[in-house]
Amino acid sequence: MNNAFNHPQTVVVLGGTSEIAGALIDRLIANRCRTVVLAGRDTDGLVHATRRAEARGADIVRSVVFDALENDKAEETIAACFDAADAPVDLVVVAVGFLGNAGADLDDAERIAESITVNFTWPAVALGVVARHLRAQGSGRIVVLSSVAGIRIRAANFIYGSAKAGLDGFALGLAESLRGSGVQLQVVRPGFVRTKMTAGLRPAPFAVDPDSVATAVMRGIERNQPVIWVPSLLRWVFLGLRHLPQEVWRRLPG
Amino acid sequence: MGVTHTPLTSQSSEPHRWVIARGLGRSYGDAAQCSGGVVVDTSAYSSIGLIDPVTGLVEVGGGTSLAAIMRVSLASGWFIPVSPGTRHVTVGGAIAADVHGKNHHRDGSFCSFVASLTLVTPAGIFTISPDEDAELFWATAGGMGLTGVVVKATLRLIRVETSWMETDTERCDDLDAVMSAMEEADHNYRYSVAWVDCSSRGKHLGRSVLTRGDHAPIGALGLANATSFIDIPAESRVRVPFTLPLSAVGPHTVQAFNALWFRKSPKRKCGAIVPLTSFFYPLDGINEWNLLYGRRGFVQYQFVVGPQHADVVRAAVGMMGPAGIPSSLAVLKRFGPGDPGPLSFPIEGWTLALDFPAGLPGLPPLLDRLDELVVGVGGRIYLAKDARLRPELLRAMYPRIGELEAVRDRVDPDHVLQSDLSRRLGIGQKVPS
Repeated sequence: MNNAFNHPQTVVVLGGTSEIAGALIDRLIANRCRTVVLAGRDTDGLVHATRRAEARGADIVRSVVFDALENDKAEETIAACFDAADAPVDLVVVAVGFLGNAGADLDDAERIAESITVNFTWPAVALGVVARHLRAQGSGRIVVLSSVAGIRIRAANFIYGSAKAGLDGFALGLAESLRGSGVQLQVVRPGFVRTKMTAGLRPAPFAVDPDSVATAVMRGIERNQPVIWVPSLLRWVFLGLRHLPQEVWRRLPG
Repeated sequence: MGVTHTPLTSQSSEPHRWVIARGLGRSYGDAAQCSGGVVVDTSAYSSIGLIDPVTGLVEVGGGTSLAAIMRVSLASGWFIPVSPGTRHVTVGGAIAADVHGKNHHRDGSFCSFVASLTLVTPAGIFTISPDEDAELFWATAGGMGLTGVVVKATLRLIRVETSWMETDTERCDDLDAVMSAMEEADHNYRYSVAWVDCSSRGKHLGRSVLTRGDHAPIGALGLANATSFIDIPAESRVRVPFTLPLSAVGPHTVQAFNALWFRKSPKRKCGAIVPLTSFFYPLDGINEWNLLYGRRGFVQYQFVVGPQHADVVRAAVGMMGPAGIPSSLAVLKRFGPGDPGPLSFPIEGWTLALDFPAGLPGLPPLLDRLDELVVGVGGRIYLAKDARLRPELLRAMYPRIGELEAVRDRVDPDHVLQSDLSRRLGIGQKVPS
């Protein structure tokens, strides 16, 4: 159960091998979390993330292997995660994503489809299933990792960005539909995060580390913030950026 | 009454239908919440029987509020034997939390005045008392509703001559002074409680106002009150109209309020006659006072430690100032011996209740440190107010919890009776090794 400070005891992380997820799990365990279910594609990564969670003090750590290209298996994956938790699930983190390379991928129809599936379709299907489980449970929280890349699309990463835009909108809509059910959904919109996914790219202004994202998400959970911007200043920056003429937007660095 | 008692049975078609009873919802934590399950509204069980003019015994419904009982009973000179800080609690809730009042050092907690009760459980309906199925009776006393739904109880009321209180108030400059004053003379009073200033820094930290008293006999009332020995208390009409966007209770407002409260109290005043409601139920003066804490609400923390561990109280108060986390309200009291309930909170010693705005930075780790301090000397925290205890500490604080779990296995073998609190703390569930 969540306690008075919204600290969860049982957590399911979809995309549990990501660096942001890892940093967040560390913080959750430092507070009240005792059971962690990690779902991911990379089995070595899952073993590593499991050891890390155990070392931080979680009592029960279990892993579920899935592939975010297989939409038809999302239902099964989520059911396996809830079974593995073996207790009311207090928090589900959706941290599934893949950046890709917009320039190179554009010529390959399959690559475009894959990026949209991993970044939008699979998470959306999974969110629907998660929402159903949590509704039945009568309580719980969902945190969806979106990105500012979906707030104003730019040429450098527009395939990823457009998929995130879809996911962001889907999540906000789902949050509305969950009102009054005892289930809350929060959207996280980080700026440029320095991780292995963005290695080799030139950091955009306001770049942050996975640790800062995790800290901001913890704070956002404690305060029930519907949308968590990281860093928080980006909320106001994007208020302006959203309305910039395309001519100007195109010339901005990052 | 038009309500039939039906045994609560596990609804096998829907495997996850948990059940918990709810009274007037004054528990500060998640004791009467049951997400994904069924919350039983007990307000239908609000009958009040005739008061036995000799013994003061009265049969009431489990959903009857203490306020309703006293409206009836005061007229014939009977009063609630144990009063928590608000009269808007039900009898069922008072039993489930085994609530205490300012007279615990002399009279014990609420369940000491329960002659018998009727409990609806998944295994059937039981009428129990300290003599009849004592095991189930005491597991229910303080059992947080996990043994069943109290639908009826027979209470032993106490005789009063008037609805007024005769009180002595004194100001103490620090915590040591108030604690020794309480040790020396509490036994001379039926009721005793101290308000402690936990927001000041330096030498003012722990200054207190000690209020003690008893029901005023008719002879103690002056001429002015001579025509109204018994005033049936009216409900306050003051109310906080809406949730404030931010907490009005912060370090600065708390400090200012506490300083004002301390100065307003008399240095020493004996024999003051005050209405019973302002003495017992300060929380009922402003309806929905909790909204003052803003959207994020507040957290209350109450612990008890043995009489020889006054140093833990001192350490707890000492932790407030330096951490910059002042408690907005701190109440100190001495408990007498506890009753046999395995999950009943009171044990003999010192109890300190602290209120905090939930959003204060650094509050969760501070409360975790307090837990360690308390459990280290065999103390415990009050589950009726808890919403954040580390589950690992529950069994150290309540070593007899196994007795409650055994009784529960008898009357609720399928563990239908569950609350958010029981699931959060793992009561009646296997503990991960």
